[in-house]
Amino acid sequence: MSVPLTLLGLLEREPSHGYDLKRDYDTYFGRGKPLSFGQVYSTLARLARDGKVVMDEVAPGDGPERKRYVITDAGATEVESWLAEPVEAEPHLQTVLFAKVVLALMLDRPAAAYLDAQRAAHLTRMRQLTEIRRKGALIDALLADHGLFHLEADLRWIDMTAGRLDSLAKLVRP
Amino acid sequence: MNAPADASVDVAVEARDVVLSFGETPALRGASVKVLPGEILAVMGPSGSGKSTLLHCLAGILVPDSGEIRFEGRRIDTLRENDRSALRRDRFGFVFQFGQLVPELTAEENVALPLLLGGVRREKALREARPWFARLGLDGLEGRRSGELSGGQAQRVALARGLVTWPRVLFADEPTGSLDSLTGEHVMDLMVCAAQEQGTTVVLVTHEPRVAAYADREVVVRDGRVTSLTPDRVPS
Repeated sequence: MSVPLTLLGLLEREPSHGYDLKRDYDTYFGRGKPLSFGQVYSTLARLARDGKVVMDEVAPGDGPERKRYVITDAGATEVESWLAEPVEAEPHLQTVLFAKVVLALMLDRPAAAYLDAQRAAHLTRMRQLTEIRRKGALIDALLADHGLFHLEADLRWIDMTAGRLDSLAKLVRP
Repeated sequence: MNAPADASVDVAVEARDVVLSFGETPALRGASVKVLPGEILAVMGPSGSGKSTLLHCLAGILVPDSGEIRFEGRRIDTLRENDRSALRRDRFGFVFQFGQLVPELTAEENVALPLLLGGVRREKALREARPWFARLGLDGLEGRRSGELSGGQAQRVALARGLVTWPRVLFADEPTGSLDSLTGEHVMDLMVCAAQEQGTTVVLVTHEPRVAAYADREVVVRDGRVTSLTPDRVPS
């Protein structure tokens, strides 16, 4: 899970305070593993240093909650690139993929097309593993089978999610 | 015996903007796809998406309401039923989910059936059918009827029947759908090896990703239209 990119994605919806970002992150992505405030603000500071966000409404002397963060064009470009790039096809990517789907829907991006790109990346890897299981030694074939079954499970999840995008969109859009 | 796919042909089979409805229910709504000679194409999609209907159109079993179906550049949707039937018998092979063997015939006679229907003498047809039993690991089962075969054995007999005429195109509709994983993968291994040896183009309808992974390329049918999935297709 990429915390900086996920926070950037949340910021693309609307400028937000650190507190709001932590609340939304924990609600959608931090199940069982909430972010600490320290991690939120240190991440936002790095994003500001790198020109991905800027602050407005800074009230000197008040707490950090008074700082409102606004995504920059560079930050928005990074979110776009991240969403559109298929995740490397390996098992246990569901949390990253889930975050991408939810954010894509929040940002009114083509979530179905992103899932198609991921489906293609998965099938390409499955094709490579199928060649190994067809032509390799038994140990290699069994290891390839292990990967194939996990990738197949991901693909079933992708298909299921693609069929539920409308319902998910209603849930995550304000 | 037919020659393998002609390398000089650019496209083996093609659907161009095909529309087909069953009564009031639209099945294909402008489906287009090209299958290259020698290619194994997986056609994926959810149940009811139209993927089997597309296969039946490509194979000349169904005639679209509009659009074109071409085999090696020639339109086949405008042919008379007799000519399409001859084309299916001589140039195409078929494997379906449940082998659909003729229960009254032996396994050997089932494999020889397309040759017999094409007018080949019985002795010659059986002679051409026999090598397939060794090739597909079916030695000793030549005289059995379909009720005496396991699911995997019956499906391998069906595969032999689909390939015995050395077809230009093999149409396979959920060929492993009734088999367990290991048996299904064995059938797929044999299908891919045999098709590659013969240079046969394969159109493979499946909803199983592990079966689709045997193909060179895959397309997805959704709501009667074809979407191409290519690795470099990253939306902007």
